Amino acid sequence: MGQKLLMKGNEVIAEAAIRAGCRHYFGYPITPQTEIMHYMAKKLPKIGGVFVQAESEVAAINMVYGAASTGKRVLTSSSSPGISLKQEGISYIAGAQLPAVVVNIMRGGPGLGGIQPSQSDYFQATKGGGHGDYHMVVLAPASIQEMYELTVDAFNISDRYRIMTMILGDGVLGQMMEVVNFRDEEIIEHYDKSWATTGHGNKREHNMITSIHLDPAVLEQWNIGLQNKYKLISEKEQRYELYNCEDAEIILVAYGTVSRICKGVIKEAAEQGIRLGLIRPITLFPFPVDAIEKVIDIPKAFLTVEMSSGQMVDDVRLTINGRKPVYFTGRMGGMIPTVNNIMTKVMEIKEKHR
Amino acid sequence: MAIVFKAPNALCDVPLHYCPGCTHGIAHRLVAEAIDELDIEGKTIGISPVGCAYNNYLYFNCDMIQAAHGRAPAVATGVKRSLPDNIVFTYQGDGDLAAIGTAEIIHAAARSENITVIFINNTIYGMTSGQMAPTTLLGQITTTTPYGRDAKYNGFPIRVCEMLATLEGPAYIERVSLHDIKNIRKAKAAVKKAFKVQMAGKGFSLVEILSTCPTNWGLSPVEAMKRVENEMIPHYPLGVFVGADLEV
Repeated sequence: MGQKLLMKGNEVIAEAAIRAGCRHYFGYPITPQTEIMHYMAKKLPKIGGVFVQAESEVAAINMVYGAASTGKRVLTSSSSPGISLKQEGISYIAGAQLPAVVVNIMRGGPGLGGIQPSQSDYFQATKGGGHGDYHMVVLAPASIQEMYELTVDAFNISDRYRIMTMILGDGVLGQMMEVVNFRDEEIIEHYDKSWATTGHGNKREHNMITSIHLDPAVLEQWNIGLQNKYKLISEKEQRYELYNCEDAEIILVAYGTVSRICKGVIKEAAEQGIRLGLIRPITLFPFPVDAIEKVIDIPKAFLTVEMSSGQMVDDVRLTINGRKPVYFTGRMGGMIPTVNNIMTKVMEIKEKHR
Repeated sequence: MAIVFKAPNALCDVPLHYCPGCTHGIAHRLVAEAIDELDIEGKTIGISPVGCAYNNYLYFNCDMIQAAHGRAPAVATGVKRSLPDNIVFTYQGDGDLAAIGTAEIIHAAARSENITVIFINNTIYGMTSGQMAPTTLLGQITTTTPYGRDAKYNGFPIRVCEMLATLEGPAYIERVSLHDIKNIRKAKAAVKKAFKVQMAGKGFSLVEILSTCPTNWGLSPVEAMKRVENEMIPHYPLGVFVGADLEV
């Protein structure tokens, strides 16, 4: 049966979190993601949940750290400048191996930047962002339906690996409305949380949540444990969509909002007799190297398209490692690449590799 | 034979790393005794700070969480809102609480989070080797005020209890000292009351404990106790700032 609704992306994330069993939200207002907060402020108190408007993003992420320490499913959300402020807490959450979900609805930067959509936080999201050797799982939806499904998945992934998962969207996805099909019931995976600090009840030894290990030999072992976890996640959790790649002359690589524009480009090109394909990474960490390996022999060249100066293109190049030419085109500062922008680059590449 | 004195159950049987003459040990004991006497160890969750007490999660026998510098009140908020029937306390020094964590402590107090804050004021950063704290007294020599704290260059010391007492949120705020037996007993009563305030659901409670740092003050333990009495108390008067009439 399910339920079919017309909803805004930000609100869908909030609703999906509730459906995934999240009853704890801590946040601080910032455009263009604040509807997530509004939705949680309205809904959570009615269902026995907890909504706290924190004094800052720094406080909000530390409230997440506290709630996650008790084993609860917990969400925070922000947009680019606010995510920068959360990096301290995200690093501690990584160090203490706590499960939690964070949403970044990206806007243009650097600094206060603007409030229009951007993808310029790719490096920050996928390479660590805060201090220390760590990663989050990063999920990149490209539709409102996917914002729903990936948000539910994010909570399961976080619990499965004791890791923070980020939903990385942009101002377009946060603000636009589409039809979303909700399932009747979500699959909520349950994992052992005997590590949680819930009060020992005189029944067990005291639990400790910490990210400090002053003995370097111990800290190195801790880090090796983290890296093994990231390796396991890279093996098991890569997600991507391959679109029209079978006989493509050029394969585009794009995620989120830009991948939708690229599908428009593919249609436009087909009308001109040019065969284009698309790799759409859904997980940004782990980066879906498998997708590229599958199609590496097909095209003459790859073209990465982003709303940034070229960040994901580094991962594309690292994966391809010189085996095929890799090109980039993009817009910055909240400007969205048009079909024409991308077609111009396609024609340029086509000319070069005729 | 009747046991008349023993280590509190809420303290782990491990050596503490604190310097000789430091009052952290006494403060830990008072917190642990209060937890024992109220029989709340099994449902208590403590938050460790950054500073000399960073690893007191190894010392308290209850569940413990180590927090980032100054963020303990925010972490405690997340814990208490998730587990409202548990007892949650933070243990923070003056650099942690009154400098980097000023926003977190003020807003936890303003929201009247039902948590207990144990605030150690020794007018200096201990762990990082004796820098000026927000509580450093005028004229006090530290490694970052080598010519003495000068209000013109370094600003004025912050009185945390008085500042928080201007808010409507807090249920109980008291400043105590550990410089002699009589005051240690008063400090014990204050710590216990703070936990009882939380157990009664009355809201935010904070006990500021005037403490020593003989190592970074360059004083003997005995001289350090005298400094608390003669120099700190005149600037940081003892007493109840909020909740004097509160019966719990």
